[in-house]
Amino acid sequence: MSAIYKRELSSYFNSMIGYVFIAVLVFFTGIYFMAYNLYNGLPQFSYTLYSLMSILMFAIPLLTMKSMAEERRSRTDQLLLTAPVSLTGVVMGKFLAMATIFLIPVALCAFCPLIIAMNGEARLLSDYASLLAFFLMGCVFIAIGMFLSSLTESQIIAAVSTFAVLLVLFLWDDLVSFLPSALSSLLSAFSFTQVFYNFVQYSVFDLKGLVLYVSLAALFLFLTVQTLQKRRWA
Amino acid sequence: MIEVRDLVKRYGRHLAVDHLSFTVPDGQIFGFLGPNGAGKSTTMNLMTGYLGPTSGEIVVDGHSVTQEPELAKRAIGYLPEIPPLYLDMTVEEYLDFAAGLKKVPKKERGEQTDRVMELTGVFGVRSRLLRNLSKGYRQRVGLSQALLGFPKVLILDEPTVGLDPQQILEIRTLIRDLGREHTVILSSHILSEVQEVCDHLLIIHHGKKVAAGTPEELERSLARTPALEAEVRGEAERVQPLLSALPGLTALEQLPPREDGACLFRLEAAEGTDLREAVFRVCAREDLPLLELRRDAMTLEDIFLKLTSDDPAAPQLENNRQKEEEKP
Repeated sequence: MSAIYKRELSSYFNSMIGYVFIAVLVFFTGIYFMAYNLYNGLPQFSYTLYSLMSILMFAIPLLTMKSMAEERRSRTDQLLLTAPVSLTGVVMGKFLAMATIFLIPVALCAFCPLIIAMNGEARLLSDYASLLAFFLMGCVFIAIGMFLSSLTESQIIAAVSTFAVLLVLFLWDDLVSFLPSALSSLLSAFSFTQVFYNFVQYSVFDLKGLVLYVSLAALFLFLTVQTLQKRRWA
Repeated sequence: MIEVRDLVKRYGRHLAVDHLSFTVPDGQIFGFLGPNGAGKSTTMNLMTGYLGPTSGEIVVDGHSVTQEPELAKRAIGYLPEIPPLYLDMTVEEYLDFAAGLKKVPKKERGEQTDRVMELTGVFGVRSRLLRNLSKGYRQRVGLSQALLGFPKVLILDEPTVGLDPQQILEIRTLIRDLGREHTVILSSHILSEVQEVCDHLLIIHHGKKVAAGTPEELERSLARTPALEAEVRGEAERVQPLLSALPGLTALEQLPPREDGACLFRLEAAEGTDLREAVFRVCAREDLPLLELRRDAMTLEDIFLKLTSDDPAAPQLENNRQKEEEKP
C-alpha cells in the first residue's frame, strides 16, 4: 500500500494536475478570504469555507478522474492486481494519496484564522471545526470521484459524472423538497450539505454529521473495491 | 510447481478457456502455443490472479490463486501482453516502485533493480522517462519488472514481441538461463520461438488443450503416419501404377519433379506399415533407378498448423509463418 501511496503522490506532481488542483483552491481561498475577512472584516473564516465548497465541486473531479480510469486504459492495473497487494490496499493507497494532496490547501487554510486572530477577535474553535468538516467533506468527494473513475476507462466521463453527482449532493435539500413529504423527510436526513452548514453557519459541532461523512467515504471506497473485484469475475 | 485443474473462463456466452488442465513442474520452461485469440493471454491472466476463473483451480507453489492470492502472487512474476508501465516515471523509479509493490526488502531494492537492469540490458537507459523509450526497451523494462524479487515462477506473455532480431536472441538466452532456477511459462504464436526455448509445449486452440508434450514427443506422436517421398528416374505414367499397387498404401500424390527425366511421388501408408522396402523392390524389379527415398516427417510447424487450422484462424497462421520465414 505504501508503494502505491508514494507513487500516486509523486505522479500528481510529475504532471500538472497536483499543482493545478492546489493552485485553484489556494487562489480562491485567497479571493474569498480577502473579500469576506480582510475587506469586509468578518471574524469567521468559516464563511470563506462556505463559498469554497462550490469551488471544491469543480476541483475534486480534476483530482480523481484519472485515479482508476487511467490505470485501466494503460493496462497498468495488471501490475497492481497481480502484485501481492490486496485490492483494499490498492484502493486505500490511492485514496490516501489524493487525501494528502487535498490536505495541502487545507493546511494553508489553517493559517487564515491565525491571521484574523492577529488583527482582532477570531473564533478559532468554530473555524477549525469547520475546517475539519471541510476536509472530511472533500474526502467524501474524493471517494465518490474514485468510485466513478473505477467504472470507466475514460477520464472525461469520470470527471463529468463526478461533477454531476457532487452537484446533486449540493442541491440535495432543494431536490428533496419536491418529493412527497414522507419520502422527503426521510431523504433530508441524509442531507450532505446540511452537516457542513451546521458547522460553518451555526457553529454547531455536528458529530452525527461527521459520522455520516466518514461512513459515506468508507461506503464509496468499499464500492470501488467491489467494482474492481467484480471486473475480475465478470 | 503450477497446477491448473479444469480451468474455465466464460465471458457471457463466449467460452475463452474451456476446461483446461495441465501441470508445470519446477524448473521447466513451458511454452504456450496457439493462434491469436486461442485463450493464451486469458489463461495467463487467470494464473496470475488478474482475472477470476468461472470454475476450476490454479495452484502456484502450493497456494491457490483464488484462496490465498497474496501468497500465490508473491511466487509469480508476470509480464502481460502490454507491459504495464507508468509512462511518467523513469526506468529506475518504475522498478523501485515495482520492487516496493512486490515487497522486496528495502535494503535489497537498489541492488536488485541494478541486477535486473543488467540482465535485461536497460541499465544504460535507467534515468530516462519510460514515455521516451522505444517499444523494445519498454518490453525489456516490463521483463525487468517481472524478474524483480526473483520469484519462483515467471509468466511471460509473448516476451519477444516488438524486439529486433538481436534482442530476440538476447532475450531467448536470458529466458533459457532463467529456466535453470525458475519455472518459466511463456506464450507465443511464433512456433520457432517456443520450439527453441521450451522443454515442454502446450498447444491450445479455442481455449482447449489440443496437444501437449516435449517438442520431440509432439513430433513423434502426431506424425503417426510417416509419409515417404520417392524420386524415381523414368516416366511418371510408368511409375504411378506400380506405386499405387503397393499393399498398405493409403494416398499417392505426384509432386513436381526436381530434375529432368525423373518423377517425384509422395506416399502415405496405413499406420504401422513401412513402405520403404516395397518401394525399393518394385523399382528394382522394373529396373527403374530409385534416386531418392526419404521419410517426410511432419515438422512441429506442420503439426501446429494441422491442429489449429480447422477454422478461419488458419490464414492468419499462414501469415505468421511467412513472417517467420522473412526473419533472418
